[in-house]
Amino acid sequence: MAENVNNEIIACFPQWGNYSYAFKFLIERGFGVKYMTPPPITRRTLELGSRYSPDYVCVPFKYCLGCYLEALEKGANCLMQIFGACRLNYYGELAAQILSDMGYKFQFMNMAEIKWTSPRSIIEHMKMINPNVSLPKVVAAIPTMTNMIKLIDEFDDYLRHHIGFEVNDGDFEALQKEFLAALEKVENGKQLKRVKKTFLRRLKQIPVNKPAKTLKVGMVGDYYTVQEPFSNYYMEKELAAMGMEVFRDMNLTNTLIKNQWKKRHRFGKKYAKFNPGATATYTIAEALSYVKQGMDGVIQVKAFGCTPEIDAMPILQNISNDYKIPILNFSFDSQTSETGIKTRLEAFYDMVIARKNTTKGAK
Amino acid sequence: MKKGYIGIDIGSISTKGVVIDEKNTIVASDYLWTEGDPMNAVKRLLKSLEKQIKGKNIQVVGVGTTGSARKLIGAVTNASVVKNEITAHAIGTTTLYPDVNTIFEIGGQDSKIVIIENGYVVDYAMNTLCAAGTGSFLSSQAHRLGVSVEEFGSIALTSKQPTNIAARCTVFAESDLVHKAQMGHKKEDIIAGLCKAVVTNYLNNVGKGKRVKAPIVFQGGVSKNIGVKKAFEDAVGCEVTVDPNGHLMGAFGVAILAQKSGIERAFDFNITGLDFKTKGFECPKCANHCEIMCVYRDNKLIDSWGNKCDNGAIRVN
Repeated sequence: MAENVNNEIIACFPQWGNYSYAFKFLIERGFGVKYMTPPPITRRTLELGSRYSPDYVCVPFKYCLGCYLEALEKGANCLMQIFGACRLNYYGELAAQILSDMGYKFQFMNMAEIKWTSPRSIIEHMKMINPNVSLPKVVAAIPTMTNMIKLIDEFDDYLRHHIGFEVNDGDFEALQKEFLAALEKVENGKQLKRVKKTFLRRLKQIPVNKPAKTLKVGMVGDYYTVQEPFSNYYMEKELAAMGMEVFRDMNLTNTLIKNQWKKRHRFGKKYAKFNPGATATYTIAEALSYVKQGMDGVIQVKAFGCTPEIDAMPILQNISNDYKIPILNFSFDSQTSETGIKTRLEAFYDMVIARKNTTKGAK
Repeated sequence: MKKGYIGIDIGSISTKGVVIDEKNTIVASDYLWTEGDPMNAVKRLLKSLEKQIKGKNIQVVGVGTTGSARKLIGAVTNASVVKNEITAHAIGTTTLYPDVNTIFEIGGQDSKIVIIENGYVVDYAMNTLCAAGTGSFLSSQAHRLGVSVEEFGSIALTSKQPTNIAARCTVFAESDLVHKAQMGHKKEDIIAGLCKAVVTNYLNNVGKGKRVKAPIVFQGGVSKNIGVKKAFEDAVGCEVTVDPNGHLMGAFGVAILAQKSGIERAFDFNITGLDFKTKGFECPKCANHCEIMCVYRDNKLIDSWGNKCDNGAIRVN
């Protein structure tokens, strides 16, 4: 464990897409304690996580646990976990138990334990991060954090739609690196606005060679797997490299900031009258909206054993049959063969191209 | 001089190869075991193909590779097409059976279903995390019962009352099989039951929710087992076609793709005499530890892959 000389609080939330910069802002500017950007996920993270996890737990837990372990190694001492609508609610408690059994000393702020109707409970949990927390400061930091999340999502969305058609290889990724580095330095809302202006302008200036009609593919799946690129083997990147335009509605903006659950549930009602739980409603409604928008294919990525997503599978099959659009499923666990994924993706691409050519011929 | 095209399908268990002419007729073919050494298997395969087309006045101008070692062998043979096996099989089958609607395929380690409409693939699925109901399961159970896998099918056909065997999972199937054998069920009934279990497992897992429509073609190594073919026909209620060249369909398909690619360069069978080496190592540059594979021809690097980021890129000069 790295030495923490001043006994200062160093908070950390598991790696999740590019959101750590927004969490960093909230923790450092709002809570007034240090935040550690979790080390990027590597194979080692997953190996560590799998070694100390129950074998049958879904793979996002293994990623989170691996992330905690790497963060603890580097000196973090206050870990956090969010709540959810599935087993995720137990994951914070379980991870904390495993880590303390391993002998680590740390504070664990588990949002699943907060009683959201009780202000006292909320404040108690906030004090776990910083005992001297200033409520007005936290409240003041929230709008900028929210805007940062929206910006990250907007940037990523543009990237997904254009990266497959960049003229100079690597332009987008280079700018994204710069963008994230700039976000990390943001101290207030004013600076964020400046970053937003500069980078969105520069983003749109990157030369692309995008045809009027592209091959479009929509991504759906469980909350973690669809949003954390390492956990889906960088599938969006892979699809873009084949020259496809990738659509993904699932992100923090569309779920937490602009909660669209009710809207989505209503939209997908023809296919799922009741809520199968967790993200399944989103998965179904998003897939349906993709096929209605005339996309060429939909890919569902999920953690192996994710029950709500398993429930969504036969419903997706019905959508696929009704609209004659292929919907492909991928299940991921800690040992998934990369070759198998590539084979399926290549075949998916071949199929989408062939279908496109035949329907063109028919018209 | 006629033009010829080679298609090579290097699976985990077997290596298949064909030479076709411009009219898509198979002029030479072979099927041999990969034995965990794809490089050597391909050398043996090419030697055999060369012998078969000798004196037939054929110049090979294109090579296509498919199967799980397609990339490696593609680099070695300087292939014009390297294609995934799902597409390769579909192309091969639709060439021979233009009106096919469903392809069942069961190989040594994997199984697939491909749904075809008007000659184009519209949907497919492949087994993911479990090898239940594949060829290697059947061959290990044949071994347990003391019969060779080749006669498995004909024995199954003699059964009048197939034993019910749990099909959910290979481990359960195996213990169920032992249990039924000890209870005194006849061997041929158990064997027929196993064939049925493979089919049930396939239709419930790989084929789940897929619209199975005739005409159906069944291929892959397990299609040679007439017991499984019969079980399929009983389950889906219509005839299932097994092509005598069903095991070569992937190689045939990728040979056609090589021909269609339009890339032509004279292929020299001499590569069987060249020295190919592969070297795999873990990239030490970050904690991802990508396994990078380098292929050398006569000690000269010809290709490399496996890196996730630019840090691990090895450029071929």
